[in-house]
Amino acid sequence: MDALDLHRLHFAFTVTFHYLFPQLTMGLALLILVLKTMALRTGNEHYNEAARFWTKIFAISFGMGVVTGIPMEFQFGTNWARFSKAAGGVIGHTLAMEGMYSFFLESSFLGLLVFGEKALGKIGHWLAAFAVWLGAWLSGYLIVATDAWMQRPIGYTRGPGGELVLSDWWSLIFNDWAFWQYAHTMVGSVITAAFVVSATGAFYMLSGKHLEYARTFLRLGVISGFAASVLALFPTGDTQGQLVAKHQPVALAAMEGHFETAAAAPIAVIGQPDVEKRRLDNPLIVPGMLSFITYKRWSAEVKGLDAFPQDLWPDNIPLLYYSFHIMVGLGTIFIAATGVALFFLWRGWLYQAKPLLWLLMLLFPFPYIANTAGWMTAELGRQPWLIYGLMRTSEGASSNVSAGNALFTLLGFMGLYTLLGLLFVFMVWREVEHGPGSGHGPRFAPQPKPAGGAEV
Amino acid sequence: MLAVIWFWLVAFMIAMYVVLDGFDLGAGIIHLGVARTEDERRTVIKSIGPVWDGNEVWLVAGGGTLYFAFPALYASSFSGFYLPLMIVLWLLILRGLSIEFRNHIEHPVWKPLWDTIFMGASALLAIFFGAALGNVVRGVPLTDGSGDFFLPLWTDFQPGPNPGILDWYTILVGLLAFLTLTQHGALWVNLKTGGEMQQRSVRIARAAWYGVAVLTPAATIASFAIQPRLARSFQESPGGAVFPVLAIAGLAGAFFYPKRDELRAFLASCVFILGLLTSAVFGLFPYVLPSVTDPAASLTVHNAAAPESGLRIGLIWFLPALALTTAYFTFLYRRFSGKVQLEESGH
Repeated sequence: MDALDLHRLHFAFTVTFHYLFPQLTMGLALLILVLKTMALRTGNEHYNEAARFWTKIFAISFGMGVVTGIPMEFQFGTNWARFSKAAGGVIGHTLAMEGMYSFFLESSFLGLLVFGEKALGKIGHWLAAFAVWLGAWLSGYLIVATDAWMQRPIGYTRGPGGELVLSDWWSLIFNDWAFWQYAHTMVGSVITAAFVVSATGAFYMLSGKHLEYARTFLRLGVISGFAASVLALFPTGDTQGQLVAKHQPVALAAMEGHFETAAAAPIAVIGQPDVEKRRLDNPLIVPGMLSFITYKRWSAEVKGLDAFPQDLWPDNIPLLYYSFHIMVGLGTIFIAATGVALFFLWRGWLYQAKPLLWLLMLLFPFPYIANTAGWMTAELGRQPWLIYGLMRTSEGASSNVSAGNALFTLLGFMGLYTLLGLLFVFMVWREVEHGPGSGHGPRFAPQPKPAGGAEV
Repeated sequence: MLAVIWFWLVAFMIAMYVVLDGFDLGAGIIHLGVARTEDERRTVIKSIGPVWDGNEVWLVAGGGTLYFAFPALYASSFSGFYLPLMIVLWLLILRGLSIEFRNHIEHPVWKPLWDTIFMGASALLAIFFGAALGNVVRGVPLTDGSGDFFLPLWTDFQPGPNPGILDWYTILVGLLAFLTLTQHGALWVNLKTGGEMQQRSVRIARAAWYGVAVLTPAATIASFAIQPRLARSFQESPGGAVFPVLAIAGLAGAFFYPKRDELRAFLASCVFILGLLTSAVFGLFPYVLPSVTDPAASLTVHNAAAPESGLRIGLIWFLPALALTTAYFTFLYRRFSGKVQLEESGH
């Protein structure tokens, strides 16, 4: 592998691992806020106890997200120096704003959410949960806006040295690509959290433990999971697809394995792309469907890969194709599974329906896969560009960092992250096994002073 | 002009990081020495538990600010200091885990393991951050206008035209940083604890103070010898002497106050650190990354800054964010002020 491949793998590996944690914490922040709101409205301590349980798991995942997130910011400079030099004046805005507006908010109030329940009082603690949710979701927006600018650069001009200069801050922040990609990403995050919550509920139900919490978790997880799964398809996924068709038509063709331009283009549900022979092997197709979902007309012409010069094709078409199909396939399964579960919940059958509980329990890893596949679709589809249409990936890596050094640190991260992954699973498993309402948890916090009694 | 404002804002962010994360790094350095029993160790962790994460955000936010205001500097220095930065990342990860995880499991093997990692990672980070400052003061081999360089971890340990990350000078600055943060952390523990542990922390702070008092002049002399720009800056604007005076005042306070007034002792240590950093920053200005081989190829405030239009827009969102952050931190630190109390039950 040459240095460029290693720099790409370095970023891909560390960002993929990193995003396993924020996708849980962002969604969970919302669900914790829902539980805290229910506690406040009903006055039922049960919901507070449920929120405490999920806050413990939230804190473990948040900690992992923080420590694996710092390397992401660093790598813009370490491994992608030429990109940073050219584009830092633009995307530096959203990255710096993320630190200034959301990380400070999140980190200040997480301490109060985890340690400050007694001292803050009911409303104060709800506000802490709200602040953490706001920080997490704001952070999501600013990082998606950064990526969206790389997918669809707008609001910039060229400086004298060829560097990109921000000319319109508003269009960087309110890029329409950013809006839809954000909405799609956030419902994806809620799906992960909802499936983890319902899987925990199903696990307790099947184990015959913590039954009261099991019912709450199942209800919360199934309802939010179904809502988010539907929103992932429509309107967020659908609109995102149309933006790709409009701004990155060659990526759309590659995602669909659509080699030849055709009217009334079919969609392939499964099949294996053979890029050399320019065809899809063993396809299972739905006629006209690609034209319909892209242009809302069955007969519309959809450009295939043949309409574009080969040096504009994404450089890993099979992986892009599979990523997209795995995301869509899993998304469809999520709608079906949570739809059935919701029906059972409505009829009052869910808590006794063992096969369905088994299914809900075993489904929780799959949103992680779907979210990862979704990001791979976005980023592989962006290739061969680093900034779409402006800078190729090969022009952005640090030219002064050799392949040997990049491999050294990649191996270091692989080793360290293996350890982190094992620790995470171990710690979360312990919390799940302990269960809610046990009073077990981090105990090392100072007791915050009651309001008003504070002095420096 | 805007570039100069941003230069000082970035310097402010980094200084805040050093002062704030500095005390929890320092608490980590002395953790095993100052805290002997399990209750004492829990007290140390508890004194930083709710704030260390927010303190570390100053590094992330400072890095982001540097990235947007001086993209050429960010690109050049982060890729050129590739290996030490990656090692810093690994240490930050291990240290974060050790704080978060040590109290999750009651086991005679689990806790000493994380305590040791916490101490080791904190100590190494202090030394690396000091060495990083040493590298910036000494300069790096920038030759053409591209800003590209790549430093190995070490060469012959001499700060000549072919330097490594570690040479005798940067190691000297690293040791100074280590002792400074040891003192800083000890004065934090002094502020947050009572009884025997507090007395131990005062003794550690005092021992570190003597080391700092010896190494500060040594590192200063070495810096002036190695980086001629420093002397020129102080000659051109003698008003800059206020920064070293600040450092001396802080150092004096850190000697005088530990037993008399814990808060003032800690604040004196903050002033000392700020004095050292501002002296270095003022002395280097307008360089942000000097070249050891060709002064004309150095990165300066002017040739590394983003275009004016972006810097102007940046001020509009940066200042409100800074005001909000100040509000959060004031609230957070007030909430957790005073001596740390462990819960009655112990577990």
